[in-house]
Amino acid sequence: MIRYFAHRTAEAGLLLLVMSFVIYLLLGLMPGDPIDIMASGDPDITSADIARLKALYGLDRPITERYAHWLADAAGGDFGFSRLHSRPVLEVLAPRLWNTTVLMGLSFILALVIAIPLGVIAAVHPRTWVDYGINLFAFAGFSLPSFWLALLLILLFSVTLGWLPAGGVQSVGRDDFFDWALHLIMPVTALTLLTAGRIIRFTRSAMIEALRQDYVRTAEAKGLGPFGVVVGHALQNAMIPVVTILALDFGTLFSGALVIEQIFSYQGMGKLIYDSILGSDFNVALVGLLFATALTLASNLAADLIYGWLDPRISYG
Amino acid sequence: MRLGWATWFLVLVLAFTGVQPGAARAAAKEELVIGVSQFPTAFHPNLESHVTQGYVLAMTSRAFTGYDADWELVCMLCTELPTLENGKAVIEKLEDGTDGIALTYTIVEGATWGDGTPVTTEDVLFTDEVGKHPKSGVSNAELYRQILSIDVIDQKTFTLHIDRVSFEYNAINDFEILPAHIERPIFEEDPENYRHRTAYETDFTNPGLHFGPYKAVEVSSGAHIVLEPNETWWGKPPFFKRIVIKAIENTAALEANLLSGSIDMIAGEAGITLDQALAFEKRHGDQYQIVYKPGLIYEHLDLNLDNPILADKRVRKALIQGIDREAVSQQLFEGHQPVAHGNVHPLDWVYDKDVPKYSENLDAAAALLDAAGWTDMQGGVRHNEAGTPLALELMTTAGNRTRELVQQVLQSQWKRIGVDITIRNEPARVFFGETTAKRKFTGLAMFAWISSPENVPRSTLHSEEIPSAENGWAGQNYTGYRNPHMDQLLEDIERELDREKREQMWHELQTIYAEDLPAIPLYFRADAHIWPKWLKGVVPTGHLNSSANAVETWYAEDVPN
Repeated sequence: MIRYFAHRTAEAGLLLLVMSFVIYLLLGLMPGDPIDIMASGDPDITSADIARLKALYGLDRPITERYAHWLADAAGGDFGFSRLHSRPVLEVLAPRLWNTTVLMGLSFILALVIAIPLGVIAAVHPRTWVDYGINLFAFAGFSLPSFWLALLLILLFSVTLGWLPAGGVQSVGRDDFFDWALHLIMPVTALTLLTAGRIIRFTRSAMIEALRQDYVRTAEAKGLGPFGVVVGHALQNAMIPVVTILALDFGTLFSGALVIEQIFSYQGMGKLIYDSILGSDFNVALVGLLFATALTLASNLAADLIYGWLDPRISYG
Repeated sequence: MRLGWATWFLVLVLAFTGVQPGAARAAAKEELVIGVSQFPTAFHPNLESHVTQGYVLAMTSRAFTGYDADWELVCMLCTELPTLENGKAVIEKLEDGTDGIALTYTIVEGATWGDGTPVTTEDVLFTDEVGKHPKSGVSNAELYRQILSIDVIDQKTFTLHIDRVSFEYNAINDFEILPAHIERPIFEEDPENYRHRTAYETDFTNPGLHFGPYKAVEVSSGAHIVLEPNETWWGKPPFFKRIVIKAIENTAALEANLLSGSIDMIAGEAGITLDQALAFEKRHGDQYQIVYKPGLIYEHLDLNLDNPILADKRVRKALIQGIDREAVSQQLFEGHQPVAHGNVHPLDWVYDKDVPKYSENLDAAAALLDAAGWTDMQGGVRHNEAGTPLALELMTTAGNRTRELVQQVLQSQWKRIGVDITIRNEPARVFFGETTAKRKFTGLAMFAWISSPENVPRSTLHSEEIPSAENGWAGQNYTGYRNPHMDQLLEDIERELDREKREQMWHELQTIYAEDLPAIPLYFRADAHIWPKWLKGVVPTGHLNSSANAVETWYAEDVPN
């Protein structure tokens, strides 16, 4: 187990190194560098100034040389400066990461709490009105466009009822818990609804498959009650494919709630990465994307370890 | 029943936290919350230039000189503009025998940084030092290159020695003064990393950085900036006790925030697009003041003159007469974005109302195309003798709804005279970063130029400004326009001090532009300002010196001012 963990960690480290080069290269190859973008918004900037600034920012050097320079600095813990925020990259990332962790963590947990029981109930009562109702909810969840759902919530709860703040992380001049929690209600609700739909569908199909297995019939024949059969036997095995999907989802959650963050003006990682790519803020985009990659790798490793717990037949030899 | 409990719970939470519907509106008279669509990328006034940054800084500081709402150059931090007439501008001979100019400015007596330190010539010398340093990161260093030396006369008065004489000799709009008492130690310690370590980026709420009507008291990166009155401000005391500038990047959410009362107004300088404002006006126009201000953003079609089809002036003239720009302005923009008849805005004093104008004339367009050899009509498209179709590519920024709409109208209108237009759009960063900058568009490129009053279009029309691999793609003459007469005129205008002679030169420039048509003028873009009914005193400018430069004149109507 320890050997397996060490092996996977080393693999992940190597992959991150390769990814850092690939991402750096792709960002560097995008048309228009930060100075070009700066110049396009300033009608008075001269060609001489553009050349001077490109030299100052090192943009006149070959991309491999720039990457080597970045890597050497990063190894020493210096991830560079953000062009768009004029602060060190880690200083920009840290609060965004916290915001995203709260938003994603809450909606992920809520989605699990809602979706897994609903998926199981739908699977236990297939083709009944309960199943149809849950399916309708699930389909609505993942087919609603996120921007539409978010705007609908704002129009209902902020514009019409005036109950909740329309966006942001905190009201200006307030830093209390309740104000912060109020700002989270709508983005968390929107994300939970969008995430839960998928999980319901996966749980339902995995459970239907598991309930057809011989060991379930054996458990029933042994006189085990319906709850014991479903939760004690079928659910544990049905969770293996669901965990795979959740692991993949978890990594993308940190960079994937872009639309929700944009509409609710929520200062999270998705919006940060998007803005940094558009604004040629290479350092932030690179570290943000690497973080999302690392998280996907880590959640997949966690999923592999959870398989062993869910199914003792799986070994890590 | 469950819903009832949930509702009661929410009501209790809201009551406990003090958040109630309309709470924001109740406080609106003391506080003004402004919605903008982008958060400033930096606060240092000389390192980068950005619309929202300029908007915020206009409230916390002032440039030495700038343009007012009537597009006239005025002193903002100085007491009087130096002119040849008042003797504060004196032409002097430089060592190389050419003419330079000495300009004497006096800083406003009461100008004081927010921490009580007076704004003095020491700050002027420091700003110049930063501007001249090759590694300080100042983006637009042209003005500092032109300043040969500075003579300090006293604490408030100084003389700039400039290396040339131009008609706008006394405009030092880019000279944004820096507080030496705060910034000098940071700069001197490590000039190369000054751009990262400056207090503007690390400690923007330091009152010593602000001498305008307001000072920044809170900055939440990417979200909002809170401003409160600056006790050291020398001018009219501002009305609002607090101004909050909130960044909401999604324009639909920006509208929803306005309707919910989370923000009071949307800044025209960095808010929603004109088509969104028109739609908003139809739905909620009775609740807000909506003001459209045409400005110095010139929307046009650059034509690649290296394309043999477009190199023929008759084809260019046929193209402009083949479209109904007036109808586009009326139908798509309800007349709020006036048709451009050249690159000079009608509100600019150098605009010549007698400049040749083109309107829709399909017969004239057809005749011009016939004369140019495009006579053979096959399948609705004109061909020349060699069988080449009259086909052109029309490009713009993908995702810009207004431009894409205009593009489709133009395509259908040109079809009437047998011109086959293929639309090919690209994301803005590809379009501006590669396609226009490296002249990779083969036909027409639709985009806008931002300028200032009496802005000499040297960078877009002078033949030395054509980007090429040899000059490292420098310059903005993307059309490849070459006209020795125009080159001479552009150089002469810059040097001509006599206003009347300059007016004549501008007339000539606009006539050549209309005759040569290196670009097809479309319209001047308008900013859409959305204000609450109670807000008064805001005067949109339509140029880069935003309405916030007069923030001290803004007030709420029903409170005595």
